[in-house]
Amino acid sequence: MKIGLFIPCYVDAVYPEVGMATYKLLKHLGLDVVYPEKQTCCGQPMANAGFEQQAIPLAENFDDKFNGFDYVVSPSVSCTAFIRLNYPRLLNHDCETAKRCMDVVEFLHDVVKTDCRLGTFPHKVSLHNSCHGVRELGLSSPSEQHVEKFNKIKDLLEFVDGIEVVEPERPDECCGFGGMFSIEETAVSAQMGRDKVERHMQTGAEYVTGPDCSCLMHMAGIARKQKMNIQFKHVVEILAAGL
Amino acid sequence: MSTQHSKAAKQFLKNQNYAHWHDATFWAVRTKRDNMAYGLDEWEQLREKASQIKRHTITHLDEYLEQFATAAEKNGAEVHWAKDAEEFNEIVYDILESHNVKKMVKSKSMLTEECGMNPYLEERGIEVVETDLGERIIQLKGQAPSHIVMPAIHLNHDDVGELFEEKGISNEKGNHDPTFLTYRARLSLRNEFLTADAGMTGGNFGIAETGDIVVCTNEGNADMSTSCPKLHIAAIGLEKIIPNYECLAVFQRMLCRAGTGQPTTTYTSHFRKARPTAHHMHIILVDNGRSEWIAAPEHWESLKCIRCGSCMNTCPVYRRSGGYSYSYFIPGPIGINLGMLRDPQKHSGNVSACTLCLSCQTVCPVKINLGDQIYQWRQQLDDFGTANPQKKLMCRGMSTLYNSPGLYNFGTGLAHWANFIPSSIMNCGLNPWAEGHEMMKFPKKPFHEMMKEMEKLRD
Repeated sequence: MKIGLFIPCYVDAVYPEVGMATYKLLKHLGLDVVYPEKQTCCGQPMANAGFEQQAIPLAENFDDKFNGFDYVVSPSVSCTAFIRLNYPRLLNHDCETAKRCMDVVEFLHDVVKTDCRLGTFPHKVSLHNSCHGVRELGLSSPSEQHVEKFNKIKDLLEFVDGIEVVEPERPDECCGFGGMFSIEETAVSAQMGRDKVERHMQTGAEYVTGPDCSCLMHMAGIARKQKMNIQFKHVVEILAAGL
Repeated sequence: MSTQHSKAAKQFLKNQNYAHWHDATFWAVRTKRDNMAYGLDEWEQLREKASQIKRHTITHLDEYLEQFATAAEKNGAEVHWAKDAEEFNEIVYDILESHNVKKMVKSKSMLTEECGMNPYLEERGIEVVETDLGERIIQLKGQAPSHIVMPAIHLNHDDVGELFEEKGISNEKGNHDPTFLTYRARLSLRNEFLTADAGMTGGNFGIAETGDIVVCTNEGNADMSTSCPKLHIAAIGLEKIIPNYECLAVFQRMLCRAGTGQPTTTYTSHFRKARPTAHHMHIILVDNGRSEWIAAPEHWESLKCIRCGSCMNTCPVYRRSGGYSYSYFIPGPIGINLGMLRDPQKHSGNVSACTLCLSCQTVCPVKINLGDQIYQWRQQLDDFGTANPQKKLMCRGMSTLYNSPGLYNFGTGLAHWANFIPSSIMNCGLNPWAEGHEMMKFPKKPFHEMMKEMEKLRD
């Protein structure tokens, strides 16, 4: 099984440690991982802002780079969701590459079916269920729906030693990032962010973890501005902690 | 970089106590709705069924409208067709004038709000009295609804108490007890019902097979509006027609559960024909843009809406910005979409009010793809000439950067130098991110360089 590692632009530029943890984790599980050079962005920021045409050359580049891999794995639910749900329409063909693109959590849970002990993280952690993970990729059951409850992130964190996982009230309410939303609707975005961080803090957790660095980046920026004492880690960093 | 909505939302959020109350109030309604949804094992099947019925009816609307009109006429009702708001108002006025109506009581109808009927009739000397309590309150206050199901939710009992004192409805100064105020409103409205010459209702559903109009209320005001006066006019949008009673059963189980978290409305009233001593019933079917919207490939599903309001209650942006921060009279996710269908030039400023969290379309009882449609509207803003030029420029910049790996590598390699920019410059007001956030710290090296180095070491 050949896996192409897709590290989206802002993870590359701001959170290289998350890219590293993903790479390390996949390698630790004995998988054949390749990181193709010259990757940039999936195009989501422009598309959500209303300029999806500008995502087309990026989609073509992605299709070209990752063609031939069995899976494309990425540590970002919103980028993955954008690729999988929109590329076939934007490129006007089936786009097998996009179909095989998976977020690292769903990949480990559904394809690798991880069942071995992973990292060690002796902390209380509040789970951040990112919207596109919940409602587009199906990482957990959406609170709006009457379906059987499940949470793939929680399932994976069970394999981490020493961890205590909790969920905040309103466990899948949006944190208010929303890409361009956060600079266009600054007041609502910041309010949503403060409310969300407060709910995470009310659990008594030391860390917030989630499957998307953009939510974490937004909440971390808010928390630091408000001098709120809580830390943020991508779920792969916890899965790979100490490996 | 701001929009009509973002500016209004900023104002709304200045009163933090009120903003928190608003958010908590609507979240409580969402929670009540969840309890109802979780209580029905077949909830998701009902949603699917409801969606399919609406899709089917709307794509066969010509047939069902004809069937409805034929059945209604057979029942003895007079059916009118209004192509737009103006024609609708004229039809209503003509009916009222021919019966010499001076006062009309009205149960809740967002359609008359859409058509601006009240001011039209009042200018022509006809008094219109709202009888839904929430609607009555905002009518007395001279305001528009801030929510489609709970139109006066933005006011508290003190606001209402003072208003009732001012209008002479309440006779005990300072008594703002909700039960007392409701009692006073009831007395006042009772008098209006008994002295009105006509009653108007909207309609939640029109049943094609039988020609019936079905109205769901919690206060019984639709029944009072039609039982006291001798003239009943029912006004409904074309999209409210459903095939038959089997279909109604599906919607009847969902509407109130989704909207207010009750198993059903207190009253579900079915109107087929006038009572023996009354004038015959009038039904006005209103198009006002709907037949054009059906042809919009990406947006026609908005016509499936049953106006339950659950997309507003769940929307994290609506809850934190209030109904008045939207330029269209229907706020929240469905309002953003209907406003754009109505007049994109006028209502593009609402399209920013969405994080694309998709809670709205996951909650929607008829599965309207509300968030996906907002995404689609954003793609069209440039064509409407309403795209934000700064945003456009930013996207072009990003596009150039991301399409050139050389430039991208150069930029990300330098990014950590941004860490040394003093926070006074970062927070100078030109950087909207810094309004709510501390700037992120860029790492010494981006991931792709770390990988390159790792591979070199391995070689």
